[in-house]
Amino acid sequence: MKVVVSSSGETLEDPVDLRFGRAKYFLSVDTDTGDVQVVNNTQNVEAMQGAGIQAAQTVASQSPEYLITGHCGPKAFSVLRAAGIQIVVGFEGSVGEAVEALKQGRLKPTEGADVQGHWM
Amino acid sequence: MRTHGTIAVASGKGGTGKTTICTSLAFVADPPVCLLDCDVEEPNAHIFLNPQIEESRSVGIPVPRVDADRCTACGECARVCQYNALAVVKDRVLVFGELCHGCGGCRLACPEDAITEEDRPIGSLEKGRSGSIEFVHGRLEVGEALSPPLISAVRKAGNRSGLTLIDAPPGTSCPVIEAVRGSDFVVLVTEPTPFGVNDLALAADMVQALGIPAGVVINRSNIGDEKARRFCSENGIPVLLEIPEDRNLAEAYSRGDRLVDAVPGYGERIRALLARSGEVMG
Repeated sequence: MKVVVSSSGETLEDPVDLRFGRAKYFLSVDTDTGDVQVVNNTQNVEAMQGAGIQAAQTVASQSPEYLITGHCGPKAFSVLRAAGIQIVVGFEGSVGEAVEALKQGRLKPTEGADVQGHWM
Repeated sequence: MRTHGTIAVASGKGGTGKTTICTSLAFVADPPVCLLDCDVEEPNAHIFLNPQIEESRSVGIPVPRVDADRCTACGECARVCQYNALAVVKDRVLVFGELCHGCGGCRLACPEDAITEEDRPIGSLEKGRSGSIEFVHGRLEVGEALSPPLISAVRKAGNRSGLTLIDAPPGTSCPVIEAVRGSDFVVLVTEPTPFGVNDLALAADMVQALGIPAGVVINRSNIGDEKARRFCSENGIPVLLEIPEDRNLAEAYSRGDRLVDAVPGYGERIRALLARSGEVMG
């Protein structure tokens, strides 16, 4: 199973970035092989608008089954949903802990965005 | 006295008296006069002009519509979009119209000609008359972030045969630039306070970058300090008029009266301002 987690650093020990669109990194983790791929999201941190939409496309290009992040707004949510990705919000802890919690079935996907959009 | 051309009334800081000056100029100028209220987020010149609105229409920006039958989900449209208004996932394109600036780049970039455009309304434009003054303003929809296309529509709707007066929004960013660019002269209204002077300096830089001659009106000129006057003299910007704080003016303003008639001496000052603006414009 492939999982993408928004991360404030480049390793599994780094905390999950609570922001989705403007997260520093995305870590793409293959839970079967233990493979970790680091996706830099710096360009989006600077985006004037639509960071969530852009980040959602970045995540979708990794074709994961799950995304784990802190908060997810409505536009990012609709893009991730269109890509068929299950979204887990509100996780606090390290990226490694997040992946472990998912593997143990302790995380439940959200049914909708958990925060408002920034414009309307 | 100047009877043709375009004078924009702007300021860095809000609340310095742009609308007061702009509507007063309209009342004293020889017809034909056209006043364009380009402060579309909070238009208020109509309160002083009381125009009869004769025409009203919706103004929108073109946002993409994707023909799913032609689209191959190649992603080219999302790649060219500078506003992140398009997302391509799996086999479809998602359009976020509220982020779109209507540039049309996606339509040009689409190799399959799958994108057409449809209008997304951002506000309305109203046109009318107040006596001999032609009047146009725009009203941006609440929550809408993109005002320049509506400001552009207001400017295009004006009659250019006589004197055009533009009431610009406050600030120095895109909406103001859309409102003042291409005008012959800019009247910058300020007040002699630290905020007023700080924002006057920004506004003066802006009009200089646009290559438009400018002059300054110092409103409430008997408060604050000398820094506004000093800024003008050091930067070679003429002070066209000073208006001291006056309770009679404030009361007439709060009633929405024509200040040029309501307050003795004020109409003469505004006529002098128009004449001086005309001289500086050449």
